Amino acid sequence: MTDTICQKSLSSISQMLKKGEISSYELTRAFIDRIEKIDPKINSFILKTPDLALKQARAANDRIKKKENLTPLTGIPIALKDIFITKDVETTCGSKILKGYIPPYSGTAVQKLLDAGTVLLGKLNMDEFAMGSSNEHSAFGPVKNPWNSGFVPGGSSGGSTAAVAADLCAASLGTDTGGSVRQPSSCCSTVGLKPTYGRVSRYGIIAFASSLDQVGPITKDVTDSAIMMNAIAGHDSNDATSIDAPVPDYTKSLIADVKGLTIGVPKEYFVEGIDSEVSSAVRAAEDKFKELGANCIGISLPHTKYAVPTYYIIAPAECSANLARYDGIRFGHRSKEWEDLTDLYEKSRTQGFGPEVTLRIIVGTYVLSSGYYDAYYLKAQKVRTLIKQDFFAAFKKCDAILTPVMPTPPFKLGEKLEDPLTMYLSDIFTIPVNLAGLPGISVPCGFSKAGLPIGLQLIGKPLDEQTLIRIAFTYEQATDWHKKKPPL
Amino acid sequence: MKYEAVIGLEVHAQLKTKTKMFCACPTSSNSPPNTVICPVCTGQPGTLPVVNKAAVEMAIKTGLALNSSIQKKSVFARKNYFYPDLPKGYQISQHELPLCLGGHLDIPSLCKGGSSPPYKGGGSETKRISIIRIHLEEDAGKLVHDYGHEDMSHVDFNRCGVPLIEIVSGPDMRAPQEGGAYLRKLRNILVYLDVCEGNLQEGNFRCDANISIRPEGQSKFGTRTELKNLNSFKAVEKALAYEIERQTKLVSEGKQVVQETLLWNDNTGKTESMRTKEEAHDYRYFPDPDLLPLIVEEAWIQKIKGGLPELADRKATRFVKEYGIPEYDAAILTDEKALANYYEAAIAEGDASPLKKRSVPYFKKISNWIMTELLRELKNDERELKDCPVTPQNLASLIKLIDDGAISSKIAKEVFEEMYKTGKAPADIVAQKGLKQVSDEGAIETAVDKVIADNPKQLEQYKSGKVALFGFFVGQVMKETKGQGNPKIINDLLKKKLV
Repeated sequence: MTDTICQKSLSSISQMLKKGEISSYELTRAFIDRIEKIDPKINSFILKTPDLALKQARAANDRIKKKENLTPLTGIPIALKDIFITKDVETTCGSKILKGYIPPYSGTAVQKLLDAGTVLLGKLNMDEFAMGSSNEHSAFGPVKNPWNSGFVPGGSSGGSTAAVAADLCAASLGTDTGGSVRQPSSCCSTVGLKPTYGRVSRYGIIAFASSLDQVGPITKDVTDSAIMMNAIAGHDSNDATSIDAPVPDYTKSLIADVKGLTIGVPKEYFVEGIDSEVSSAVRAAEDKFKELGANCIGISLPHTKYAVPTYYIIAPAECSANLARYDGIRFGHRSKEWEDLTDLYEKSRTQGFGPEVTLRIIVGTYVLSSGYYDAYYLKAQKVRTLIKQDFFAAFKKCDAILTPVMPTPPFKLGEKLEDPLTMYLSDIFTIPVNLAGLPGISVPCGFSKAGLPIGLQLIGKPLDEQTLIRIAFTYEQATDWHKKKPPL
Repeated sequence: MKYEAVIGLEVHAQLKTKTKMFCACPTSSNSPPNTVICPVCTGQPGTLPVVNKAAVEMAIKTGLALNSSIQKKSVFARKNYFYPDLPKGYQISQHELPLCLGGHLDIPSLCKGGSSPPYKGGGSETKRISIIRIHLEEDAGKLVHDYGHEDMSHVDFNRCGVPLIEIVSGPDMRAPQEGGAYLRKLRNILVYLDVCEGNLQEGNFRCDANISIRPEGQSKFGTRTELKNLNSFKAVEKALAYEIERQTKLVSEGKQVVQETLLWNDNTGKTESMRTKEEAHDYRYFPDPDLLPLIVEEAWIQKIKGGLPELADRKATRFVKEYGIPEYDAAILTDEKALANYYEAAIAEGDASPLKKRSVPYFKKISNWIMTELLRELKNDERELKDCPVTPQNLASLIKLIDDGAISSKIAKEVFEEMYKTGKAPADIVAQKGLKQVSDEGAIETAVDKVIADNPKQLEQYKSGKVALFGFFVGQVMKETKGQGNPKIINDLLKKKLV
């Protein structure tokens, strides 16, 4: 019974809790047991917090019993990517440099989930400082894909997607800077939504690239994604870049109907280099949408090919400044031996950061340097504007855009580890969305012959998560991909 | 060859906001170390800055007072460098697009000699110093090296994130005294605007100087050095003078001035090299992605403009016009905003009294009392006006006692000293000490008669033509009346009786 309950969607266990068919405590126990049993196979947790979870579960039980400000999330066991700042709960961001760091506060999205009555099972593995596409760049060991432990779960929120796919939590939050929610969702067959930049507060997520970072729910289906969005979206006075716009009830967009909607399919996303199994899965989805009554049209996003290089200037530049605070002075790792202040900085940072993070800090420092700024950073900002304009032109013709999430199915562990450029290309279809600040969602749309998941991506207009949810929900209702469970 | 100095000053002024630049921590300056800090200003992971609107308003106020053009769109940028007092590893500042551009400030024309000239009221000769820019930024924390551990340094983050404005002047000053005058004037304006405490010692008004020399008549600038650690107006002038001499000596000997940052050592009276150009930081400025461009609406600027207070120059001009006091008095009285307020409060008190009509002699009398007695006492005590025990109301009452003939000017000085010591009202002191002036003719006549009777020798001499002895008799009668005799009555009676 315990495993079956863990496999249910968030919306269905929410109903059971409400009806009293199960208590939050029992539910939490079930998840804790399952984590103990399954997680050693996939390594998705960096930190398990069973005591805290059971305490929160008892509080949720009381709340449910008294019917006190109940939300659909009251009593729901979740787990968070370890990039989320959690008061009094160690937060490492997948890095040795933050090992042992106990934050003095909780971030906005986390606080909203806690206030809603969720139960925190633990903190999930990730690429160090969210830099990576395979979850191999973690100081806490790689995460393995629940569908096949020889393959990567994607990244950087690979711990989150693996945990949700393996039914180790009812839902999770990830962050998406260049595809870190959508790409691992595609790899693990979960639903990953990256909202419009500014829709969810960034206060309390450890910054990677501030102009690109966005919090997004990782769930078992589209309905759960809408429920999570209702809880976390909204303006936050602690985040100057958060958007002050009313938050709709996203569950109202769970409408199984795409008739009258126009879906654009950009030719630049089906070019040489894309895996045939991926392109045929997404083309099949396009046919499905046509069958369901949507109007699918070909569109062009001409600057797509510049997205990856643009991203790999802007993101490292921002990260080089964002990661300067890890200096061994106030918190985190400090080298045991050092000669003077400069030596303390150098040793602490060299010992604390992994190779991918170090590489990006160096690149970012370089592109911001005096004499190079105009040629790199400023030019990249200009290209970013062109990429944005591509999308706005396209949205004059369509309501949403359909693309693959990544050019290949999940790859093997170690396969791309030594070749950063190839690794970077696995985010080629997700990066443009971050550069343009648009919402995007990854939805399961098939499996490769090897049995590994494939996802489709829907991209929406700014603040139009509703249309994405509606199209994704319609597709989900018409297909069974999301119902498949990994062989664990 | 004759050389001239080219001086430009960069001032960092701490803004008097209640809270810090990017978080809600109070800006308390004397709290125990690390007690006014939060996750944001200590750079905890995941925290974000939010702009303090009050700081922006104060910066705009300053810009308007310095005739700057307030930019509708300005951008916060990250200035990247590592130091333990800088928790984020970057300072949020403004770089390419600052809040205020241009502007100017008029200083008294180059004053020879004395290092603290008062500002001249309107009409006097002035020199215009250009302002290049004013931008907003956050302060860093403070390293504490003497906290009881020999081999350890500590960081106090209380000051971290306190809002600063940086005011950059043009290279328009030609002498140390002009630098001093510019700083005094700038400080005066900031204090008048109520945006800065203006205390150099406490570091809420800090100055760096850029200085070079060039042959007189040459338009090209020489190689400049940057002077830091200038903790008083005097230090600024001394350091500039030292540096002019040093550079002039180098150049006259055919040597080169090295572009470097120098620290002023107030003890040795010399500058010391801190870092050369090669060692200069590359700050890698870029727009802070955590903050949207700062957009300032015209209506807001106009509203702030409407609320600007009267500044020293205009106040001094008004004092001259309205109260008929000399320019010199007006300049001293308006040098500190608090003093000008004090002066006007004393006048208002006089106004309130039904006996006292507004009159130029009265205004001048108040000014005299402030400039001589009050300022002297404060200076002797090294006390600030806000801690002065003599209220403007009490000073006005004291002057009223003199005007009414209740006490003599001489006694008034004694009463004033007591007022300064105890803070008591003058009438109370006069009553308690029995200092009231004797104007009773009968009593004075008795004293006069006694003095004449007691000094027959002097009387004889006086009668024989030594009229200078009149003063002696006045003095004796004063003594007899314990100084409380009304001098006019004493004079009249003596004149009558000595004939």
